[in-house]
Amino acid sequence: MKKSYYQPEDLKKFGEIKEWNEALGSKFFDYYNSVFEEGSLSAREKSLIALAVSHVIQCPYCIDSYTKDGLQRGIEKEEMIEAVHVGAAIKAGAALVHGVQMMNRHDQLSM
Amino acid sequence: MKIKSLKSRQDSLAQTEKQLEILNGGIFEDGTLPTFKEKVKNSNIQQVRPKGLEILQINVGYMCNQVCSHCHVDAGPDRKEIMTQETMEQILQVLRNSKINTVDLTGGAPEMHPQFRWFVEKIRKTEVEEIIVRSNLTIILANKKYNDLPEFFAEHKIHVISSLPFYKRNKTDRQRGDGVFDSSIKALQMLNAVGFGLPNSELQLDLVYNPSGAFLPGDQKALELDFKKALDEDFNIKFNLLFTITNLPISRFLDYLIASENYEEYMHALVDAFNPSAVGKVMCTNTISVSWEGFLFDCDFNQMLDLKVDSTIAHISEFNSTALDDRKIRLSQHCYGCTAGAGSSCQGSIA
Repeated sequence: MKKSYYQPEDLKKFGEIKEWNEALGSKFFDYYNSVFEEGSLSAREKSLIALAVSHVIQCPYCIDSYTKDGLQRGIEKEEMIEAVHVGAAIKAGAALVHGVQMMNRHDQLSM
Repeated sequence: MKIKSLKSRQDSLAQTEKQLEILNGGIFEDGTLPTFKEKVKNSNIQQVRPKGLEILQINVGYMCNQVCSHCHVDAGPDRKEIMTQETMEQILQVLRNSKINTVDLTGGAPEMHPQFRWFVEKIRKTEVEEIIVRSNLTIILANKKYNDLPEFFAEHKIHVISSLPFYKRNKTDRQRGDGVFDSSIKALQMLNAVGFGLPNSELQLDLVYNPSGAFLPGDQKALELDFKKALDEDFNIKFNLLFTITNLPISRFLDYLIASENYEEYMHALVDAFNPSAVGKVMCTNTISVSWEGFLFDCDFNQMLDLKVDSTIAHISEFNSTALDDRKIRLSQHCYGCTAGAGSSCQGSIA
């Protein structure tokens, strides 16, 4: 057994997921590839959204992939860090907005 | 960052045997990754073979005013290798007697060769249709004697292909040295001023983008749109096409990959991105590269690895296109660089 749950080389094996269930695996990858095609949003914008989400869900594979994807697209580090801050701000906001629940509950229970 | 050539640093990677040892050993020797030959064979596609010579790429010497961190030539101001006029005469003789329609002049900075202008004028007098000069742009501003190069290029209808790694200062200067971006912008404006790259002008100005790091180039068309928009908005610069070129793992780029511990990951990326449909279109199928000494190679990269053509014809003085069309192209693992993703050549992506 490996000493870490995450192995960088596992990212390259992502496609092998299909080997244990071709139908579902193929459906996923078809969907995934369609999502990232040029559309109303550009592929470049989608790459930055993916980078932000990768940080929010703290997926090391996704961070690796979308940092490299951004470099290949000519996305600059200033744009990457702003995207990461957008994700971080939403995550922080999501934690903090629960403070209202705390305040409501506090006031309800207090004399 | 100020760097010197591997040769002047007496780095072991300045020896081509050392580079080939790395490319043929390690992950390719222990079977982790297939060699390029195995990959082509297992893909059930045609072998890489010559399809008729169209382009003669001539490396007139390794002297350059820049020392770029990715340079596969290991060029720089300290490199003194330079083509003799005798070799140039031999090339002219070949051009007069062959059906080669494109000459592609490269270096180093080819404009620094003392006989550069003489050579271009002589080539113009042959049947060759297209003369490409691969210009690093900054040479135009490096010295007064080069300031009129744009006019010279225009007069001889040169197809100018210029390196510009990015449309912003920081990435360009990191790869090519401080001040390179500003000089390149000025040089591009000078080229535009005499008509290069303008709409409806016959004077062709193309730019070359290569990644500033251990990653592959993105989509050529998308990057071209980004470059065009940024250069036009910020500097009122126009150009025709953008060529994306993959950095091949040789010379200074190989040195960078090893020093930054990116070598294995980069080779995995190249092999994973192997595109069978690019194999038949790689530039060694229609190009011969001539070194400053007049020796013949399948491409400029093989020249830098000192892998001479596998033919009885080894030198420009004995040139014979029929015999050369029969040669076997010499392959190693750096060839993965030309077949990754959309493929890569001196004219950009190919697949």
